[in-house]
Amino acid sequence: MFEALGDRLTGVFDTLTGRGALSERDVDAAMREIRKALLEADVALPVVKDFVAKVRTETVGEKVIRAVKPGQQVVKIVNDALIQMLGGTLSDDDADMAAVRKSAELNLNAKPPVVILMAGLQGSGKTTTTGKLALFLKDRAKKKVMLASLDTNRPAAMEQLGMLAEKSGAGFLPIIKDQSPTEITTRALKEAAKGGYDVLFLDTAGRTTINEELMADVIAVARIAKPTETLLVADALTGQDAVETARRFNDALPLTGLVLTRIDGDGRGGAALSMKAVTGLPIKFLGTGEKLDGLEAFDAERLAGRILGQGDVVALVEKA
Amino acid sequence: RRSTTRMSDQMAATFNQRTLDTAALEDLEDILIMADLGTDVATKVCANLAADKFDKTVTDLEIKVALAETISDIMTPLETPFVLGLARPQVILFVGVNGSGKTTTLGKIAKRFGDQGQKVLICAADTFRAAAVEQLTVWGERAGAPVMSGKPGADAASLVYDAMNRARDEDYDILMIDTAGRLQNRTELMDELAKIIRVIEKTDPSAPHHSVLVLDATVGQNALLQVEAFKQTANVSGLIMTKLDGTAKGGVLVALSDKYKLPIHFIGIGEGIDDLETFSAPVFAAALSGVADAVSRK
Ligand SMILES: Nc1nc2c(ncn2[C@@H]2O[C@H](COP(=O)(O)OP(=O)(O)OP(=O)(O)O)[C@@H](O)[C@H]2O)c(=O)[nH]1
Ligand SMILES: Nc1nc2c(ncn2[C@@H]2O[C@H](COP(=O)(O)OP(=O)(O)OP(=O)(O)O)[C@@H](O)[C@H]2O)c(=O)[nH]1
Ligand SMILES: [Mg+2]
Ligand SMILES: [Mg+2]
Repeated sequence: MFEALGDRLTGVFDTLTGRGALSERDVDAAMREIRKALLEADVALPVVKDFVAKVRTETVGEKVIRAVKPGQQVVKIVNDALIQMLGGTLSDDDADMAAVRKSAELNLNAKPPVVILMAGLQGSGKTTTTGKLALFLKDRAKKKVMLASLDTNRPAAMEQLGMLAEKSGAGFLPIIKDQSPTEITTRALKEAAKGGYDVLFLDTAGRTTINEELMADVIAVARIAKPTETLLVADALTGQDAVETARRFNDALPLTGLVLTRIDGDGRGGAALSMKAVTGLPIKFLGTGEKLDGLEAFDAERLAGRILGQGDVVALVEKA
Repeated sequence: RRSTTRMSDQMAATFNQRTLDTAALEDLEDILIMADLGTDVATKVCANLAADKFDKTVTDLEIKVALAETISDIMTPLETPFVLGLARPQVILFVGVNGSGKTTTLGKIAKRFGDQGQKVLICAADTFRAAAVEQLTVWGERAGAPVMSGKPGADAASLVYDAMNRARDEDYDILMIDTAGRLQNRTELMDELAKIIRVIEKTDPSAPHHSVLVLDATVGQNALLQVEAFKQTANVSGLIMTKLDGTAKGGVLVALSDKYKLPIHFIGIGEGIDDLETFSAPVFAAALSGVADAVSRK
């Protein structure tokens, strides 16, 4: 159903092979295919428009005209531009690669307990991701982690986080009924400090960005908790709404990074690009399953290939 | 209609009095794409509009009405109330990807049937997710229906088998089965769902009487693959779209209607037990196209 960009462009450029030069019409046709491929991958339209404008300038250049297979050359231009826009680097330089890796790491550079606030729409994967990150920090960084649920809304949300705390070997703030999210926050900060925890996760209830009351709640929590990291957890299967949701959460909260869940699905994941483009925030992790080990560090190259429906773009271009 | 105000604002900004020319149609197509209709369906809807309005000078409201009509025409045949058949117990199965709103929606519908005097049994066949049973138990209490559950990690299909027998033996009118969220490309999980369905069919060949796919309004083009796969494995008989109270417009539902022609029963508009509305094609179309706002502003 969803054709890879490479195949689309091969069609467009087939007639060209051997002719050498690209006409304005050829470029237009290629740009239309790119636009369509990105929209089918759920990249948001405003982001697609900016992207296509950028790629067009590069495409009318020398390189493509001289290329034996202009289709593959254009795929490479698109792929490289995507990698850069997703926060990756094309450079082989150690320092550049280290900088990219660092931007995707959790910042734990603060006086313990370091607070990490989890936010997002209903059902996006906040609670599960909290459990995953707790396991990750405990195993990889030998941190003492506490989880606290501020979700007073969803039935059994607190029990859910409590079970994940147990599974991941993290501490869990005991549930006290009828406390408000801000009251729980204050209690969590105190208990985490008292218990000598390195990291405190605050898992919040899901909310739509137009629910003013719930948005005010989470803003109040952030004010009290002064989180070092505030992560927006979003579904990789999100469509065009990604832009609106990312922008509104970014306006309301001191966001520091993005987590895209359900990347184990067969969605193209264009929402990642949309959210990165409107917030400028690094994508820190990808969720790859329901289980607690279903977490991956973000890799721009892999995601770019996925958005384009191409496996390994570099190998393809080398063949060309 | 909260969910679609932004789209309507864009319409107002784009179409004040103007000729419906190619540029105007492109703008219109953009707006539809931004509502997740997808490029093909957006192009088709625009072409339909252009067929009788091209090059005419039209007003903002005229174009909204025409757009609403086009969308409504696609969806009206699918506007299908959720009707119980005669067989007892009626078995209703809820399927969908993770976090789409299955459990919540099941709770909302259980309450409606309970209010109508139906005797409802709920089966917690999500034996996987942490606290899934506890969550559904709360919904069962709210709806006044008992919830049957197994041990964490238990075999979902054998629990469903027990629930089928209990529903029959204890004369329940309705058995509602909540399943774990699963992505449609995860073969092992789809196989588990197929097994659940086999068990249901074995006990009552006419069941499940409803197999409902629950979709999240924020979902993009992947919804097409979701419908395709769940239709194949779970023989989906109808759709429910949740979370239309947020900023997402759920326009992919138009694309789904165009392609799969599955009945649409309800929309979810919040987390409360009453936040469920019967699907109405003209209302959905009016909301998506902005007619609803234009009219209410007058
Ligand atoms: N396949 C897959 N499922 C995931 C992933 N992350 C979370 N889930 C599932 O998505 C569903 C929702 O996850 P939750 O962690 O409860 O989401 P939430 O954001 O806390 O939900 P609310 O608190 O209700 O807003 C559950 O079924 C999870 O198992 C992922 O990366 N892949
Ligand atoms: N705003 C809004 N939230 C909803 C709606 N329907 C469900 N939710 C929320 O979405 C989240 C996920 O809902 P669930 O019912 O747990 O979804 P599920 O499909 O059972 O999830 P899994 O079993 O984990 O796959 C919860 O926080 C619900 O409160 C709706 O119509 N509007
Ligand atoms: Mg949660
Ligand atoms: Mg559920």
